[in-house]
Amino acid sequence: MIGSVRAELLRLRRWPALWVLCGSWVVLNLVFGYLFDYLSYRSSDGVGPGNDGVPPQVLLDGLLPDRVPVTMVQGLPIFGGALLLILGALAFGSGYGWGTWKTVFTAGPRRGTAVGGTLAALGVVVACLTAVTFALDLAASLAIAAAESAPLTLPGPLQVVQGLGSGLLIGCMWTGAGMLLGTVTRGPALSVGLGLVWALVVENLLRGLADALGSLHVLTDVLPGTAAGSLVGALGAIPADDPGGTPGVSTILGGPAAMALLVAYLAAFLIAGLALTTRRDLTS
Amino acid sequence: MMDDIVVSDRLTKRYGDRLAVDAVSLRVGRGEVYGFLGPNGAGKTTTLRMLLGLVRPTSGTAAVLGQPPGSPAGLYRTGALIESPGFYPYLSGRANLRVLARYGGHEEVAVAAALELVDLSGRADDRYRTYSLGMKQRLGVAAALLGRPELLILDEPTNGLDPAGMADMRELLRALAGAGQTILLSSHQLGEVEQVCDRVGVISAGRLLTEGTVAEIRGESSTLLRADPLPTAQAVAAGLVGAAAVSIVDGALRLAGGGDRTAELVRALVLAGVAVHEVRPVERTLQDAFFEMTAPTGPAERAEVPA
Repeated sequence: MIGSVRAELLRLRRWPALWVLCGSWVVLNLVFGYLFDYLSYRSSDGVGPGNDGVPPQVLLDGLLPDRVPVTMVQGLPIFGGALLLILGALAFGSGYGWGTWKTVFTAGPRRGTAVGGTLAALGVVVACLTAVTFALDLAASLAIAAAESAPLTLPGPLQVVQGLGSGLLIGCMWTGAGMLLGTVTRGPALSVGLGLVWALVVENLLRGLADALGSLHVLTDVLPGTAAGSLVGALGAIPADDPGGTPGVSTILGGPAAMALLVAYLAAFLIAGLALTTRRDLTS
Repeated sequence: MMDDIVVSDRLTKRYGDRLAVDAVSLRVGRGEVYGFLGPNGAGKTTTLRMLLGLVRPTSGTAAVLGQPPGSPAGLYRTGALIESPGFYPYLSGRANLRVLARYGGHEEVAVAAALELVDLSGRADDRYRTYSLGMKQRLGVAAALLGRPELLILDEPTNGLDPAGMADMRELLRALAGAGQTILLSSHQLGEVEQVCDRVGVISAGRLLTEGTVAEIRGESSTLLRADPLPTAQAVAAGLVGAAAVSIVDGALRLAGGGDRTAELVRALVLAGVAVHEVRPVERTLQDAFFEMTAPTGPAERAEVPA
């Protein structure tokens, strides 16, 4: 297993697509998490509500260091999750297109070991990305706090652990979803397309329908995006329905329920992907 | 008795209504270069995939190096190139082999040796996507050679190579065979198989038609003799080598077997007053035998699967 993880880390770290996706997340996180809110704060008169109805002080509070554990994950339910879903789909689907799974499966390790190595390596990538996001967000918030002469209060250890843990769990869940799609479709294009349509369109449409057809809530309340959004909401992010709220964030589920659901989805995606890979003929 | 390191027993693969491989039983001995011959779509690749555990057989069994197909214990001692090589296009050839060395638990120093063996060291640090078809094929063989496997399974290794590259590949295969390497080589290049292989199995429409040495598959050579008058010549030849060995084909005598008694025959014909216009050996090639076996109306449709 160690050999498979080392092999995957070697090839992943030289994969341009990985850096493009991770770089996109980091930039989007900083732009939507800090830059736009800070520009909005700076453009307000400092007394009345801004363009989106959020008082300037609330805007500034969201940008300060003690809010980093929340700010760093609030983009994950929507675009962060989509980017990591793409990563998982490409990491697994491309192997069928390139023929590398065939090569790897004849190189020695059991299929489960090889796939487990890829999953573990992707887990390392998500963990590193979460840590880098935290570090960059902390740096941005400290800079803003210093510029605005605001308190430099750092988040408590529990908040940091909650933020990092939530980021890791949500990130892994979406990466696992991508892995399953890449395995099912045995290609990168279809898996990415289907994944994005699901994460960005279908879930939102279903939630919209559920508002009209109440019975649909039974389904929409347990969707992966709902669970991710609820976990972020439980950390204290502003729900999408409130003024100044973040798209994808909700309070439909409580924190423990959301976390349990995310763990269940992650386990289901990994088990299904592993079972499919180990049982299916490799004919391409 | 030779130590068989690949054994399959009535290996069968069915995709829906289509029977891709039909009860193939073959044996490859240690140190042997075994040619797996067959036209495109005959079932060669599917059989090799089953031996490597990439495809599950519908029925039948197989063992590679004494292990079930696809088991790590067998795969670690086997090098394989199946159909087209599959590598990460954004990595160099060397980096691709490093990845595979880590997967296979081989020392990374094996990478340089494998690249050297296939004459790819000069371009080893270029990205795989910039390689020509022949270079990709050679990298595939290098990957198969990582860690000095006991068994090499190569599926059409000269695909995409230019004539010089094909000659180099054959030379490499001969060198490996000379060093005692066991090779299971699938090909539809008859000359390649004839030059490199000790034993051959011929597969067509999913069925193994025959197995044997190249000479056994090729069959006996014959002697062609143009003489006048032909009936007298036939009688003289029949008296010398037996009537069963003499036939008339396209206005000439065809004598089965080698040319050991050619001089004796010519002398007898001349003494009998027969004018001898031409005497020449007719070598049967593997191609002749192959076409006879795999022709749509030939034995392929009648052959029984070897026990």
